[in-house]
Amino acid sequence: MTFIAKPRIDLPGQRTNEIGLYRRDYEGVLSTLCAGCGHDSITAAIVQAFWEMSIPPEKVVKLSGIGCSSKTPAYFISGAHGFNSVHGRMPSVATGAMAGNRDLVCIGVSGDGDSLSIGFGQFGHAVRRNVNMLYIIENNGVYGLTKGQFSASADKGSKSKKGSINQWKNIDSVSTALSMGGSFAARSFSGDREQLVTLIKAGVKHPGCAVLEVVSPCVTFNNHQGSTKSYSYTRDHYHPASQTDFIPPATEIKATYAEGESTIVELHDGSKLLLKKTDEGYDATNRSRVLRYLEQQRARGEVVTGLLFINGELPEMHQIYGTSHTPLKDIGFEKLNPGSEVLAKLQSRMR
Amino acid sequence: MTDKRINDFVLKIGTVNGTGSASANSLLMKAMFRMGIPVTGKNLFPSNIQGLPTWYEIRANHQGYMSRSGRVDVMVAMNAQTYQRDLEDVSAGGFLIYDSTWPRERQLVRDDITVLGVPLAKLCNEHFSDARVRILMKNIAYVGALAALLDIDTKILRSLLEEAFASKPKLVESNLEAINLGFNYAMENFTCPLPVHAETMGDNEGYVLIDGNAAAGLGCVYAGATVGAWYPITPSTSLMDSFDYYCSMFRKDVDSGEKNYCIIQAEDELAAAGIVLGANWTGARAFTPTSGPGISLMSEFIGFAYYAEIPSVFFDVQRVGPSTGMPTRTQQCDIMLCAYASHGDTMHPLLLPANPKECFEMAVEAFDLAERLQTPLFVLSDLDIGMNDWMIPELEWDDNYQPDRGKLLSSDDVDQLEKFYRYLDVDGDGIAARTLPGENAKGAYFVRGSGHNKHGAYTESSEEYTELVDRLVTKWQTAKSLVPKPVLKPAQQATSIGIIAYGSSDGAVVEALDQLVEDGIHADYMRVRAFPFNGEVSEFVKNHEKVFVVEQNRDAQLRSLLILETNTDAAKLIPVLHYNGMPIPSQCVVEGLCEYLKAEAVA
Repeated sequence: MTFIAKPRIDLPGQRTNEIGLYRRDYEGVLSTLCAGCGHDSITAAIVQAFWEMSIPPEKVVKLSGIGCSSKTPAYFISGAHGFNSVHGRMPSVATGAMAGNRDLVCIGVSGDGDSLSIGFGQFGHAVRRNVNMLYIIENNGVYGLTKGQFSASADKGSKSKKGSINQWKNIDSVSTALSMGGSFAARSFSGDREQLVTLIKAGVKHPGCAVLEVVSPCVTFNNHQGSTKSYSYTRDHYHPASQTDFIPPATEIKATYAEGESTIVELHDGSKLLLKKTDEGYDATNRSRVLRYLEQQRARGEVVTGLLFINGELPEMHQIYGTSHTPLKDIGFEKLNPGSEVLAKLQSRMR
Repeated sequence: MTDKRINDFVLKIGTVNGTGSASANSLLMKAMFRMGIPVTGKNLFPSNIQGLPTWYEIRANHQGYMSRSGRVDVMVAMNAQTYQRDLEDVSAGGFLIYDSTWPRERQLVRDDITVLGVPLAKLCNEHFSDARVRILMKNIAYVGALAALLDIDTKILRSLLEEAFASKPKLVESNLEAINLGFNYAMENFTCPLPVHAETMGDNEGYVLIDGNAAAGLGCVYAGATVGAWYPITPSTSLMDSFDYYCSMFRKDVDSGEKNYCIIQAEDELAAAGIVLGANWTGARAFTPTSGPGISLMSEFIGFAYYAEIPSVFFDVQRVGPSTGMPTRTQQCDIMLCAYASHGDTMHPLLLPANPKECFEMAVEAFDLAERLQTPLFVLSDLDIGMNDWMIPELEWDDNYQPDRGKLLSSDDVDQLEKFYRYLDVDGDGIAARTLPGENAKGAYFVRGSGHNKHGAYTESSEEYTELVDRLVTKWQTAKSLVPKPVLKPAQQATSIGIIAYGSSDGAVVEALDQLVEDGIHADYMRVRAFPFNGEVSEFVKNHEKVFVVEQNRDAQLRSLLILETNTDAAKLIPVLHYNGMPIPSQCVVEGLCEYLKAEAVA
């Protein structure tokens, strides 16, 4: 049950972050997901990333749709306002939330059913508007809460727990986000904490809609032989296309890399992403080449991970619209209301 | 022989849509308005961009009756496609004016009306050289002919043109030339004015002409709404157009050019509702304008907002249903849908404006009530109110007004509390306090559509679930005392007959009441302005033997709501229904009452 509060245990030697908070201050209530669920690893990575970035919990909003993945916002950052919306509609609520208060740090957690089936349209439009948020899709290829139906991200040929074979081509969130004109697309694996934490940080700092798909095996309904979303299949086909280091603002880059092996992407707050190339010629800033690469790897059954595409220069929703830098909810009524004289003048033209 | 009808007639103009007749019709209506004559204009248009028949109906009435009268005294038939139909529409003793460039005398025959041919196209073709100008000026030329026939003040026409084309003086001249073409032809060929004509009776000082959507959009600006989300749908589109227009005038920072508002055209109505909920949740006043099909799509989120208690404002500019229905025709067919929208036990406050003035006022009230009650709230307008031109007393604004944000705790308020619980009813009025994201971690809570208890935690406990949904009933009781009260128009003498109506049916009832008195029927009239019904509504029903419920839908939805919510004897409530898509005329109300009372007398 999601209302079970986690016992707060003070361990000696615990560290605080720059704003004096402990890691446990970024936790939520106790998870009720199955033991070993990939989603819990993602929750832990979110906790770690937000703690390390010293983001004040009250500045965060965490939103979700419906499904196992969408339960998880209750399990992290209890000091943040949360919004567990209706199935597939998290993106629109996040869009509205960011419209009302653009200073919030917005994290949306969704699943493959929530974003690639019932909420496919809203997913696409959040990407299209480049709403400033981290959009995590916890991908297990299966409907867990209704006991094991294939989702739209299930690979063709993958076997269900009951033995049926999926006949339908999968929808890939990363290439979808790219073809929608997305500004940030990444994929990770719940079993790779280090990469995941880095990509979460990169996504939070990215000024736009950062789509982060995380392959997250369902231990109960999709972790068997023949499934292409199991722990063992993912480990066997795990293929990092690039390695990313997140460098906080005003931090010196210590390691040295041979020229041509790495790209530095500077984000608006001064933090930097250091992209080290692992595959020959991989360029995370070239949309068409990334799309071609993804398609090639998909045909080979590889699970390509890493920060796969980034363009930090694309304007986000408010930049495009020209909205006030002061959050709309904070603008005083006297500035919003034109007053009685204006109303009278206006009506002189209605005669 | 035609009776004299001065300042009491209906002028109907039939044209082809997309030919620019709207400005000509508006010119006519405004001219009569400035002559001090009460006028209303109804646009009867197709769901089409160009090429189909469209009509504009202007009613001038010195007594100030606003509804459709059902008569046509002067018909301007500019569309050969509809000549036959337009001919049939003219009331006995009336006039039909048509473009006699192509004579149709044999086709346009009726003994009881007068057909007047004005060769508008010929006059314009001889006078103007440009092809597009010829078409546009043909419309202005009929304004000229009507000015002569109906005795409309040409000085006013001139000043209206000068105001409209202040930046393009050349256009003023060409328009005036077109007016003269029609005017002079009519003066030379007919006895002007006709027995049916206008006469200056003042200047309508203190009144304006406006449509309900424009007024509602302006109301949203004055209410301090900052986020508007929508998906375009007839007949609500012009509401967001209005909000956008006035925001671009009043809400742009002079120095930076930054917008103190954000309008998002969503991918569909589901997303529009989601955006509204998200924005209101973070503390911005947000709304969406839509019509019936949009409400159907938004219903899941509406139920969510009810259960999770998120203030949100929905404008439903009703059109003819079911399904796509007739998008450019009017009805009051969504009242039942909006009252209980979404699955599970849900109920929502509705505000029911009857004219553009109330659209403005209730738009402001809607945001206050939505925040006070922390619930989705509907403003139920319709196509007739929203898209037609109404003459209303000038809109007024009290500069002392401050928005009612309801029980909204600031970060400091939260610090004073030992602990914050989102759904705890401290005051006993069913309304709990809320906090905004981004302010104080101690005030953080989790919004969810799944079962939750008064502390805001997830629950599957029967007791906790019941306690919460029962508290929502308490809130509903509170709402009854907060929503606008009905307007009562008592009969001149004591009567056991009552009439209840709402929204755009008002004009028809008001006019019908006077006609009924002439037939010796007296009725008290209550115009309902909100749901839930206040105590006054129940009392009114209780205190009358028969209550006629006048509304514009097939299934007597308001009557059903009254039966459900006022605990009354259904037999007492007699439906008077009009649902063909045209605005309700007064004769529908008169006939509805008379027929029933006559049948009852026989029985």
